[in-house]
Amino acid sequence: MLYSEKVMDHFRNPRNVGKLDNADGVGEVGNAKCGDIMKIFLKIEEGIITDVKFNTFGCGSAIAASSMATEMIKGRSVEDALTLSNRAVVEALDGLPPHKIHCSVLAEEAVRAAVKDYYDKNGIAYNPKLFKNAHECEHCHL
Amino acid sequence: MRVYADHAATTAVHPQVIEAMLPYFRTHSGNPSSLHTAGQEAASVLADARARIAKCLNAARPEEIYFTSGGSEADNQAILSAAELGAKKDKKHIISTKFEHHAVLHTLNKLEKAGFEITLLDVPPNGVIRPEQVAEAIRPDTALVSVMFANNEIGTVQPIAEIGAVCRERGVLFHTDAVQAVGHLEVDVQAMNIDLLSLSAHKFHGPKGVGALYARRSIRLQSLIEGGAQERGKRAGTENIPGIVGMATALEWACAHREEHAAQLRVLRDKLISALSAIPHSVLNGDPDARLPGNVHFCFEGIEGESLLLLLDDAGVEASSGSACTSGSLDPSHVLLALGRPHEVAHGSLRLTLGYETTEEEVDHIIRTVPGIVAYLRSISPVWDALEKGERPYILA
Repeated sequence: MLYSEKVMDHFRNPRNVGKLDNADGVGEVGNAKCGDIMKIFLKIEEGIITDVKFNTFGCGSAIAASSMATEMIKGRSVEDALTLSNRAVVEALDGLPPHKIHCSVLAEEAVRAAVKDYYDKNGIAYNPKLFKNAHECEHCHL
Repeated sequence: MRVYADHAATTAVHPQVIEAMLPYFRTHSGNPSSLHTAGQEAASVLADARARIAKCLNAARPEEIYFTSGGSEADNQAILSAAELGAKKDKKHIISTKFEHHAVLHTLNKLEKAGFEITLLDVPPNGVIRPEQVAEAIRPDTALVSVMFANNEIGTVQPIAEIGAVCRERGVLFHTDAVQAVGHLEVDVQAMNIDLLSLSAHKFHGPKGVGALYARRSIRLQSLIEGGAQERGKRAGTENIPGIVGMATALEWACAHREEHAAQLRVLRDKLISALSAIPHSVLNGDPDARLPGNVHFCFEGIEGESLLLLLDDAGVEASSGSACTSGSLDPSHVLLALGRPHEVAHGSLRLTLGYETTEEEVDHIIRTVPGIVAYLRSISPVWDALEKGERPYILA
């Protein structure tokens, strides 16, 4: 089997799939040319992520990683969400095949991009070093 | 219901083929190189299988058939042999196409590094190479033209007889990777002026791990595997007698039923094509007529092929994508890119390949299944959302 049971479960029954109309933060990363785009919507009340939704164009592991990442930040503080690492997503999914690790990187980046959007929209000061540059598509030689 | 719609990947061994192979596992297990009775029986079985395969391809002599481990080995040996023959006459230019199988493309890469000049012909939008493209690319130093008989992803059938005629007229060797064609289309190496042809048994209901290279008598092959004198010194290693008998039996069976199966498959194929064409923003890849009788290949905008395959599998449909996501590379199919499909569309591909066992009920199941899964994946796709909102232009009408 290419994927773990956990990956297949999150792929077949993705949690938090959808969009939020009045999201407080929206992050989109990836590139359709590379075959994956993730978009994460955050509802934030008093620094807590009260709701989160995602839309993903991508392979099975991209959908599963989005689903898992949203589960891992739901109900947590914005600061906690920023500590979410791709490694933690991979572990929670009981592993990903080596050539699919970038899907977990995208999930981490999508969460950070959504938080950054929330900070920007609300004039909240932050250390720019917290946020890496936009996804540079290093995985697909374009 | 489980529907196997991946016959271009491999086929099930036909029951008659299994029956024909069994004695060579059970009782007749001699080595053709042995002098005793069991060995000589095996040698005669081998000669018989060679003659039967030669006849199916209309080869002039059984000795023009060399047994290999499969299509990839045959492709490697054909191209490397032709390159060596060319190099001796200072001809170091090879013509092929951008949508060949990797067994051809990677062998050509190797030759390019060794100092050969490789011209890869562009693929016209319908996926059918024009013989004039080949004629225009031939130079005085061209050693070989290699064009596949039928494409393994989009199923388009190439004008092999016309390309063969061009090559013969210009005195250039012609190889065709006929792995997808043999047993499914008419193949006549003499009438089509084919000098070298690769085939693989498991694509026409024979066993895996066995194939053949046809090489016209005047062509001196280069051995890839050194050792004993099997295959007249061109392929060392004890012959896979059960596999070779299975291949000969499968090929005779496939050729005997070729027209009947093709007619039946075309009806199912066209039903499937017409049903899937109703999905908005989708496109059939490759010419609708010049294509293998069992091949259906689509791109659906706004979704990615691997998730489509996984959900289809859950719904009982075993298919393939051509999207390299499944094969360990993240680049979309080189065949679709060669066809001119942009990356974002090439990612959303689906290949359904039918076989003689495929029933109309199975095709109906595919037709009931695919549109809903495409619609679901689009409903969770930010790309589709942007297309629908007009934030991104549709690529497929």
